Parts: sequence; C-alpha cells; structure tokens
Amino acid sequence: MPQGEYLGMTLTVLDLDQENLAYFQHCADHDFHLQQCADPDCGLIRYPPGTACPWCSGREFNWVPVDARGEVHSYGEVHHAIQPAFRERAPYMILLVELDTQSGVPTEHEALRVAGNLVDADGNFAGPDLVKQVGIGSRMRMVFADVADGLALPHWTLDEDAEQPDSPWRYPQEVNGV
Amino acid sequence: MTTDIDATAGKYLRDKYAIIGVGETTYTRGSGMTTRALGTWAIKNAMDDAGIPASEIDGMMSYSGNDSTASPMLAGDLGIRLNFYMDVQGGGSSSEALIGLAIGAIEAGMCETVVVFRSMNGFSQVRIGGTGARASVPVGGDALHAAAYGWFSAGQNFSPTFMRHMYDYGTTPEQVAMVKVIHSEHASNNPKAYYKQRVTVEDVVNSRMICKPLHLLDCCVETDNATALIVTSVDKAYDYANTPARILGVAGRVCKPRIDMHFQHGPISTVAGHYIKDIIYRNAGVGPEDIQCTGAYDAFTFTSMLQLEDYGFCEKGEGGDYVSSGIMRLGGERPNNTSGGHLCEGYTHGMNMIIENVRQLRGQVDDYCPVDGNGNKQHTFNYAEPAAGGGCRQVPDVEITQNLGWAMPGTGSSLIMRKG
Repeated sequence: MPQGEYLGMTLTVLDLDQENLAYFQHCADHDFHLQQCADPDCGLIRYPPGTACPWCSGREFNWVPVDARGEVHSYGEVHHAIQPAFRERAPYMILLVELDTQSGVPTEHEALRVAGNLVDADGNFAGPDLVKQVGIGSRMRMVFADVADGLALPHWTLDEDAEQPDSPWRYPQEVNGV
Repeated sequence: MTTDIDATAGKYLRDKYAIIGVGETTYTRGSGMTTRALGTWAIKNAMDDAGIPASEIDGMMSYSGNDSTASPMLAGDLGIRLNFYMDVQGGGSSSEALIGLAIGAIEAGMCETVVVFRSMNGFSQVRIGGTGARASVPVGGDALHAAAYGWFSAGQNFSPTFMRHMYDYGTTPEQVAMVKVIHSEHASNNPKAYYKQRVTVEDVVNSRMICKPLHLLDCCVETDNATALIVTSVDKAYDYANTPARILGVAGRVCKPRIDMHFQHGPISTVAGHYIKDIIYRNAGVGPEDIQCTGAYDAFTFTSMLQLEDYGFCEKGEGGDYVSSGIMRLGGERPNNTSGGHLCEGYTHGMNMIIENVRQLRGQVDDYCPVDGNGNKQHTFNYAEPAAGGGCRQVPDVEITQNLGWAMPGTGSSLIMRKG
C-alpha cells in the first residue's frame, strides 16, 4: 500500500484502489499515463482515474503514455492556506492545465485538464516571482514530486521549450506584489 | 378555503404542496449547545410559526455531512411520532431537493406532513470553510487529485471556475463585490443577521485575499445555527396559522456532466443552473421573467452571479452587469437574498434563503418595521438603514419567488414558490 508523508499530510493509495495504484505508480516512474477506453468505437482518454468511460460507460481500458504538456486553462491562487503545511508556501497556485492531447475532443469544450501546483523546474513550490509569471495561456510541462514507493504527484512548471504568451491572463488585482 | 382548490390536476404536482411553517435559531459563532438542541429549537419555532402540534407531523428529513443529529432523536425529543424519516448526506442545494423528496413521500402515501431541517455548528464544531480538524484528515482516493494540492476548501475548489468566468467575459472584481454590498444592505435591516454592517465595493476588494479571485468579504460567514420548514399538501395547508407558500416546482441536485470533475467538461464557467432551468421552469410553469424575488445561493459572491446568469436572468456572460446593476437590491426589479443570505445573515446550506422567501410571500418579513395590534407587520418599504429611518426589507406585492441552491459548480437545485 503506497503511503507517505507529504506537506504534513499522510497520502495513501489503498491496495483495493486499482485505478489510483496504477496511476500513481506511473507517476512514481516519472512516466505519465492515463486510462484509454478499450472499446474500439470509443478509445477516449480520461482524467482523473476512474472505473468506467465517461463517454461510453465501457469498463475495459488500457494505460497509455500521454505527453504531459499543455496550457493553463484556469487557476486558483491561494493566499490564505487552509491546510497547515501549505501556509508557509502561500501564495501558491492550483493550476488546471489542458493537455494538448485530446484537447477539444470529443466536443469543443471537453479536454483533459490535469491539476497540479506551480513548481520550479526542480519541483520546488514556486516563489512569488514565479507565481507572477503564470496565468491562463501559459505553456506548462509536468514534473513529479516523489512521495513514496509507488507514489509521486504530478505538478506543473513553465515549459522552457515552448513559446510563451507575451502576457498570460492573470487576475487583475495584485496583493502584496503577487 | 380549501373548497376552491383543485389539488388533483397539477402537472408535475405543481401547486399541490406548500410550506406552512418556518423557523430558525439565532445565528451565532459559539452556540454552546449540541446540534440536537439547535435542531429541536428550530423545529419548535417552525411548529409555533405554523401553529401545528406534534401530533400532526409524521415525517422528518435532514441533510448533513456527518455534522448533525439525525431525525429520530429530534422527533423523539419533540414528541413527534414518525411514519417516515430520512437523513441524507449533503450540503448546499440539499434543501430544495429534500422539499421535492418530502412531496414525493407524501404523494406516495408514506406520511402526511414533513419537517425538513438542517442543524450545524458550522463555526464551533465542523468548520464549513474547512479549517480546524477538517484540514488534517488523511488524504486518499479522489482527494489525491485535489486535497494533496492544497485544493481543498470550497473556495479553493471553485476558484478556477470563478477565475475562468473573469477571463471568458471580462467580469471585474468590483462588479462581483456588489453582491456582498447589496446583501449587506439587506442584512442591515435583518435583526437576525450575524453581520449587519453595510459595506462598500472598496471594503470588499480591499479585504485580505483568501484565494484569488476571492477576498475575505467575497466569502460567506460560518455560523452555528439550525433551520427548519414544514411541508404538507394544500388540502391541509390552510388549516394552519399562516398563508401557505405554495410550491410551484422543484428541481433537485441537477448535475453537469462529470459533476465534481466538471473541469473536464466545460465551459468551466458554466454551472449546473444551465441544466436546472430546463426542469424548474417547465415544472413550475413560469419563467425567469415571472420571478420577483430570488434566493441565489451566496456561499461566495460569485455563486449568486453564476447561477443567476445560467438560469437566464441575464444573457450568458453578463452576470457581472446583472449583479452590479441594482436589480438585486431591495427596491430594484428583482431583489436577491433579502435576508442578507450566507454572506451576512449566516451560513445554513441554503435553508435560510427558503425561509426568507416564505416570509416574503406572506408579506411578513421579520424586519424592523412596526407590528400592528393583530401581530401583522406594517411595512414602510423604506430600505435605508434603521438608523436612517428605514429598516424595511419586505418586497412589495411579491407573488412568485425562486431559490437557486448551489452545492458546487457542477450541482444545484431550485424551488419556485407562489403566494398562497
């Protein structure tokens, strides 16, 4: 049963939780995978891990590698943290990154939007200067935070190889310089 | 009085059921009593309001997140013998849904008159904002994709939806702040409100940032309280003390695709109201243009705006204009949350907004206006603060109200009532 301490929280993947076991094992291998519906008429990829296909209800699936790059679709920026260990990391960003893979499929507004915090290229929580650089439209790539054997969390950092927007959209009011 | 009522013809049970009594406790931060005692207090107030004895109540329903006391305990305390009870898991938007289920239980012949209650020490025991003990629970399963990222409280969870609305439509912090400003005006004329102080747009946008785009004053007030209402059929409803609030229609816990993972199925700035409107207005036989007073759930300033927009009170994307136009203000075309709502009166998971609309429909809102010798309010319709000679919060001649309940962007409920 993968289990580890992370930012003051005990993270646990139960042995019964087959979908999350496989998902976080791939993350621990730093090799992002998602479930792809095995129905040949469907074949859609889904996030987060689930027990059936949200489009065709099919229960069969395969784990497939997914290019973990995309664009910030929206975000929250936490200044007053709730969980104790996040307080010293505030302000921190919660990013929803829309993967290039399967964007706008099967309908215009659907996409794989993968959550994560904003971190630097080494996986450390972003400081205030980096937070200011990221907004809707920023191009991101995934990095992993190792927690325990079989358990790592995906996070997001600015994609150095991508062309970034001149000024990504950010909430119009700065607070304490952030 | 009942002879001229056709209680058999209502399509979708339209008009066939009513709310006959409402009651609540005080709104405090530190009730000093159990949820059992709070719940008993609110139910007794609703019974006294209706003038109904325990012997004429035989159903009870409640909702909670394991932070309350179940129906059998309260019913036993109050001497109510139950033919039906059910206590469900749920938070916001459960109130309207349970009213629908209470109608169903009565319609099925399971019972005749149902109390629906919500009792919570939302400040002193289980903090609704997620602080305290709730912030330290182990993280597993679905929470590995949310709480592990410090994406945990309601405000944190909803923030990408709110943010995207600003991006998609140019909604400004100052527009949204008007929800709090207006609700604070209403609360100033509500003796029960926890926060009675009127605030300005500047107060809101200069209050400390909690989670962009939410300032402190964009967030509701956690309180300890219980709330209760009593549902029965119209053939009985006129036997009691008040003019019944007739239920025209209800929609319960309607969801967007993927529900809590609605982020995968956008537009993420669209909320469940987009789907609810097709059910509630059909069931009630009225449209947004017929609604004179709304109770749009205000866990946050943004939640009122997003719902009003998706129900069709304005065009999609024009919610910022709608909430800042003055329409929602007492004296405006369609006042919203005339009690001050969750932002100011107290946080109840939606029950207080239904109670308020029931009182509005009776013309007996409990404001600072004088009471005549028969116990009836003599409303002045002066909406200034009490100190400025106002103190009224009654909407004149209100015939139809709507509640817009919110659980999260992906789930909501609605209730339309008319004056009986």
